[in-house]
Amino acid sequence: MKFDLTEERQMLQDGLRRFMRDSWDKSTREAVLDGDTGYSSEAWQGLAEMGVIGALFTEDDGGFGGAGFDLSVVFEELGRAGATEPLLEVVLAGGLIARRGSDDQKAVLESVIAGETQLAFAHTEPASRYDLDRVSTEATKSGDGFTLSGRKAVVVNGPNADHIVVSARTSGEVADRDGISLFVVKKGAEGMDLRGYRTMAGSHAAEIALDNVQAELLGSEGDAFDDIEWAVARATGALSAEALGLMEACRKLTADYLKQRTQFGKPIGKFQALQFRMADVLIEIEQARSAVINLCGNLDQPRDLRERHVSATKQLIGAVAKLVVEESIQMHGGIGMTEEYDLAHLTRRLTMCDHRLGDTTYHLSRFTRLAAA
Amino acid sequence: MDLSYTDEQNAFRAEVRAFLQEKLPERLSDKVRLGHELTKEDHEEWHAILNEKGWLAGNWPKEHGGTGWDAVERHIFEEETTQAHAPRIVPFGINMLGPVLQKFGSKEQNEYWLPRILNGDDWWCQGYSEPGAGSDLASLKTEAVRDGDHYIVNGQKTWTTLGQYANMIFCLVRTSKNGKPQEGISFLLIDMDDPGIEVRPIVLIDGGAEVNEVWFKDVKVPVENLVGEENKGWTYAKYLLTHERTNIAGVGFANAALENLKRIARLEMSHGKPLIEDPLFAAKMAQVEIALMAMATTNLRVVSKAAEGQAPGAESSMLKIKGTEIRQEINALTREAVGPYAMPFVSEALEPGSNTEPVGPDYALPMTKTYFNNRKLSIYGGSNEVQKTIISKAILEL
Repeated sequence: MKFDLTEERQMLQDGLRRFMRDSWDKSTREAVLDGDTGYSSEAWQGLAEMGVIGALFTEDDGGFGGAGFDLSVVFEELGRAGATEPLLEVVLAGGLIARRGSDDQKAVLESVIAGETQLAFAHTEPASRYDLDRVSTEATKSGDGFTLSGRKAVVVNGPNADHIVVSARTSGEVADRDGISLFVVKKGAEGMDLRGYRTMAGSHAAEIALDNVQAELLGSEGDAFDDIEWAVARATGALSAEALGLMEACRKLTADYLKQRTQFGKPIGKFQALQFRMADVLIEIEQARSAVINLCGNLDQPRDLRERHVSATKQLIGAVAKLVVEESIQMHGGIGMTEEYDLAHLTRRLTMCDHRLGDTTYHLSRFTRLAAA
Repeated sequence: MDLSYTDEQNAFRAEVRAFLQEKLPERLSDKVRLGHELTKEDHEEWHAILNEKGWLAGNWPKEHGGTGWDAVERHIFEEETTQAHAPRIVPFGINMLGPVLQKFGSKEQNEYWLPRILNGDDWWCQGYSEPGAGSDLASLKTEAVRDGDHYIVNGQKTWTTLGQYANMIFCLVRTSKNGKPQEGISFLLIDMDDPGIEVRPIVLIDGGAEVNEVWFKDVKVPVENLVGEENKGWTYAKYLLTHERTNIAGVGFANAALENLKRIARLEMSHGKPLIEDPLFAAKMAQVEIALMAMATTNLRVVSKAAEGQAPGAESSMLKIKGTEIRQEINALTREAVGPYAMPFVSEALEPGSNTEPVGPDYALPMTKTYFNNRKLSIYGGSNEVQKTIISKAILEL
């Protein structure tokens, strides 16, 4: 048993931590939050040049990593910096293209890894909440290809994406696992109406209405569910690691503040009531770290075991995130609620992790079902 | 032990309800219900409607133009107005300054300022906290130095809620550095239009700017604007805080928020069924409702004691803690209830007069903002940690 990172991953972590510290400072954050895309193109190019996007793919797919612990190293550092670069969309949409695409379709991955192509995954629908099988967007055969009609909700990075991987039903009823297919839709496709907006996480997202939009089938027809679940499992590992990084950043800010802020003639960190609460925060973050290890270490295991860890980890991460957000703000007092102070963006982004890929209630319920099966 | 209201109290409730049905503009209640921002004019309009009926100052005695209601009547009024989604009464003049002037102010001050509060001639704000004086309020440093008929004020206040609308501010200032910090504080009324005052908005985590920093540079304040005696301001401030806390449990707000949560949980679909039928989510909602039912009675126990003339003491600290915890938990569940649509941050759609369409269901948009904004509940008016210290000392004698 060994919990240390390999030498390569340690180097990746050290380099990335330095890079993020330099490239995601306060002025970057303010520019991103005020900007039109929800991320920094300089930081994105830097990540590509460092090989960080490549670290999300296997060598077969043109990358240099792609394992669970590659994801956790990368995303924890993104989280620590509060960065908003759309790497999770690469894990989702890029992962699905790598897994299901023809050689022609996979050719795009080279430019994704080079930072030249933006991706998004349009799966969630206005009424699907977090269910992966609840797909009502319809795909109809038309000539050589398909046309898609329906609505997709809160598509993160949708407004920036050059290629959008879209799920749609080629057969079956709304909540059937069989009959779900995946497609690639290019930016600006005719019949695609995209309303972009910024999110509480700082990223931008879109509501997408599809009206007979030409689309290219990704893989074979009707059997995409298992691969969607696989990609979402990997993305859940990545998102949980990002949440862990965000928690660490919140903890550091709060502990530093407790040492600096003086009331009643002493630093408030000298009050035992706050010491104990900060100790609880630390204990729970260590639980979160172990949960991330559990999931990222089991992503290549058989489906049953993998999915148990998906729900266990995401549930625990959601619960700890809430504690860390609320305690960090409370122990700061008023200053913790101001936009100017670093904590505001960190706590918003951390809170939003519970609104992607299933929340605590969803995964607690799913875990009990998986455990009983 | 009798848990029912008297006939008179029930008749009063019916009267309040009928009044709200007739006089509360739907335009205002819609805004409150949907979590849209109220303008200064919206607040003033509602104050004027209540003032015309003589119901604006629920906690003032009749001799000063108030209602003369007892604590139970005030509670009923609060319950009915929150249930009807009426705008809250802006507390600074009515609930905070008014009672202080009545108890400690001069006859002239009462005759001049109280009618102006009722008529909406002045919009008051509160100058208590400073960057270095939060929970430790008595360490405040903003200084007032006597110079003939004036005080010269220098310093900085912060977290001044709705200071951008205010033309007057009541301030705690330091007039002496001798003795304990509490013994050198005075209570001063200051005109916000005076030269030397600067107001800077503070943007908060939810994107709003309801609080401000207020800076004082050589501001001249006439001595007749001193309330009570010099260096006795701490006593008045504590009196104000207990008044601020009489409604601190926020039972009405909690009930309205819980009702909204249930409405949303009926509309949101999870696994193809209403979220309210999801046993785990329903259990979370039940947990907070059970706590609220008990807290409402704790509140009534304190309220009825107050109606018999006993001033609320450390019990109000208990109500503040429990009340804010419950409201914050309801806010967290409501954020959870809206699912992925908690993510859009389209504040424009909530601003007055906006034509921006919301993203997702209209009820979803304000819920993350409300969750973050209401983190303030356990921070302001004496943080919940300060309240626990009060309970430890005053009730437990630890």
